[in-house]
Amino acid sequence: MGVIILLIAFSLLVALTFLGAFFWAVKSGQFDDPETPSMRMLFDDKPISQKNKTLTNKTD
Amino acid sequence: MAVDTFHYDNKIVRNFGIAAMAFGIIGFLVGLIIALKLIYPDFLGFIPELSYGRLRPLHTNAVIFAFAGNAIFYGVYYSLPRLCKAPMWSSTLSQIHFWGWQFIILSAVLTLPFGITTSKEYAELEWPIDIAITIIWVIFGINMIMTILKRREKHLYVAIWFYIATFVTVAVLHVVNSFEVPATMLKSYSLYAGVQDALVQWWYGHNAVAFFLTTPFLGIMYYFIPKAANRPIFSYRLSIVHFWSLIFIYIWAGPHHLLYTSLPGWAQALGTVFSLMLIAPSWGGMLNGLLTLRGAWDKVREDPVLKFLVVGVTAYGMVTFEGPMLSIANVNAIAHYSDYIIGHVHNGALLWNGGLTFAMLYYITPKIYKTKLHSVKLANIHFWFATMGAIFYVIPMYWGGITQSLMWKQFTAEGFLQYPNFLETVVQIIPMYALRAFGGSLFIVGALFGVYNIWKTAMSGTLVADEEAQAPAVIDPTDGHEEKWHRRLEGRPLKFTVLVLVVILIGGIVEYMPTALIDSNIPTIESVKPYTPLEVAGRDIYIAEGCNNCHSQMIRPFRSETERYGEYSKAGEFVYDHPHLWGSKRTGPDLHRIGGKYPDSWHLRHMYDPNSTSPGSIMPAYTWLLKKDTDVESIPNKINALRAVGVPYVEGYEKIAVRDFKAQAERIADGLRENGFGEVEGIEINSEKEIIALIAYLQRLGTDISGNNDPFSGLPSDSRMGANVKEN
Repeated sequence: MGVIILLIAFSLLVALTFLGAFFWAVKSGQFDDPETPSMRMLFDDKPISQKNKTLTNKTD
Repeated sequence: MAVDTFHYDNKIVRNFGIAAMAFGIIGFLVGLIIALKLIYPDFLGFIPELSYGRLRPLHTNAVIFAFAGNAIFYGVYYSLPRLCKAPMWSSTLSQIHFWGWQFIILSAVLTLPFGITTSKEYAELEWPIDIAITIIWVIFGINMIMTILKRREKHLYVAIWFYIATFVTVAVLHVVNSFEVPATMLKSYSLYAGVQDALVQWWYGHNAVAFFLTTPFLGIMYYFIPKAANRPIFSYRLSIVHFWSLIFIYIWAGPHHLLYTSLPGWAQALGTVFSLMLIAPSWGGMLNGLLTLRGAWDKVREDPVLKFLVVGVTAYGMVTFEGPMLSIANVNAIAHYSDYIIGHVHNGALLWNGGLTFAMLYYITPKIYKTKLHSVKLANIHFWFATMGAIFYVIPMYWGGITQSLMWKQFTAEGFLQYPNFLETVVQIIPMYALRAFGGSLFIVGALFGVYNIWKTAMSGTLVADEEAQAPAVIDPTDGHEEKWHRRLEGRPLKFTVLVLVVILIGGIVEYMPTALIDSNIPTIESVKPYTPLEVAGRDIYIAEGCNNCHSQMIRPFRSETERYGEYSKAGEFVYDHPHLWGSKRTGPDLHRIGGKYPDSWHLRHMYDPNSTSPGSIMPAYTWLLKKDTDVESIPNKINALRAVGVPYVEGYEKIAVRDFKAQAERIADGLRENGFGEVEGIEINSEKEIIALIAYLQRLGTDISGNNDPFSGLPSDSRMGANVKEN
């Protein structure tokens, strides 16, 4: 069963990597705003020239 | 405000889409072929390359890595740049990734049907391909991570988190599970043996489901459901909780594949506990997806994209309810080894992975071709074919699985097995196999409609290969005073220390573990001995023919199993099994105690024509085993490789191993000849044939525990004062 040490070590390694990522995410403000990101992803940034077109022509 | 103009590469998206569809259809068709073979064993004749045991890994690999794999990349290459507001970092890497992946799939097609396999489920590809997978996966990872680093959107949308987790975890799983020592260019032996190999395999196998078929598709769900419904996800907060809790719990659930096996009880319990916990994040995510559609259900009525998404996410909910339930020991005792599990995985594969993939195809194709879907009606027909197909597949499998399992366990009032003949329980569920093949066919017909529809849609538009997009440029705070990365790291002693520790940890594990593993393989049962060279060859034939796809080698400690098969399997019996061959499905009976149960001639007749010994059997005939010669040349290399992974053959044994091989083969062939089996229907049975090696292996299985036979006795090496294996 020595292999379980290997598996636990690698699993912990993965888990710690994610824990680090989680701390980074919290610290860098990834989760400060739990509302707007869900809205923002709905808007694809089209080139400005095309945007103007869609404003005047609502059939997009 | 400065505005950047950049281009999204839609061509690579399109390519991955085509690959997903093409390999999807091929993978489904291979599945249908093996489904038909369970009803008509002689369907397509008894051709080695098309036998059930060789095609089943091709089916699973094609569907998981070629269909779902290309679908993942299709979704990632479309959504990631749009979420990051940046094109993929390197189009060269994108190209290498695409072609490299297709090359790996091609190599699977060129190896698995020819018996080149490791036998480890969902990791059957041999060592050179394992290396290629690692390289291509890392290239994908670099391309993705660099795109994320170059993003113009500070916030990482939740889908990106799921993509990152997929890359990191699959890389680790694949590498750890693939530690193997090559014997030849296309043959290797797992570094781990027996229980340890099984544990590593299912740590990998379960997480392949978790991080290849679940997390990337959850990312896809979080992108495409809001997009298709044009409304934000129900709760972004919940999606964050969903992500972090899911990935922290998933990786510990693997042992639930090994309940009631020889794995230590505490490890089994650990797997059960974590599997039960998994229901919370899984259902949180499922509900988050479905509730996004609140107030938009009218759209679901019309839009095939949303239909596929809704049914897909619902299937995900069903499967992630079943998963924890199946991880409870009492339920597992009934469902394990049965067709119930086949139903369970296809519920997920057909509707969750398949449904989301087709939803993406219907969503993305009109977008990148600047056109409308060719026929909404046809897409709806596809949807119903897919859904009905899955229902006709899954329900018969549940029914048949439980029926058969209960028959295995049924005792008469006198305390005897009600169905002592395994075959009775097989014949009982053949109608269910037929219904399953019908369901699968429906699903394939639907998929063909889908492919036609997608193709017509593409034809009606023109591909926007480079889609122009604009976004505000990021202002880099470090602009003007450039620091080298290492310089920055030096300013952060704590982080630097942690990084160094991690590097050392990896190095330490890699250095230390192989020796520790080999040491811990010292047998706990003294009478258990390594395989003789002929048995090694026979075992390799067993692996090449994929016998483990239908036969387990693990008798669980239930009275119904010890009555039927013999003494339950002990961990100490598998210390020389590189890799383990416990199997996960009993389409045929368990073989762990088959050794000595029947005479050699029975095995010969059974392999040549299973119906001659077992009327009504659905096992294919293995006529070629009587005609093909066993590979003798590689025996010395195999002995060396096995010694390298810890089997105690003495130094120099590889030089005389072939002599042992031939002596034992002669003994078996002579025995057959004496009993009138020197030839079978005009085929001469001599000691060089594969059947002889296979018989040697089968007759050895599970016999060591009785402690009264030395497998090497009477062989040439034995008369040289035991110049074969080291005594413990």
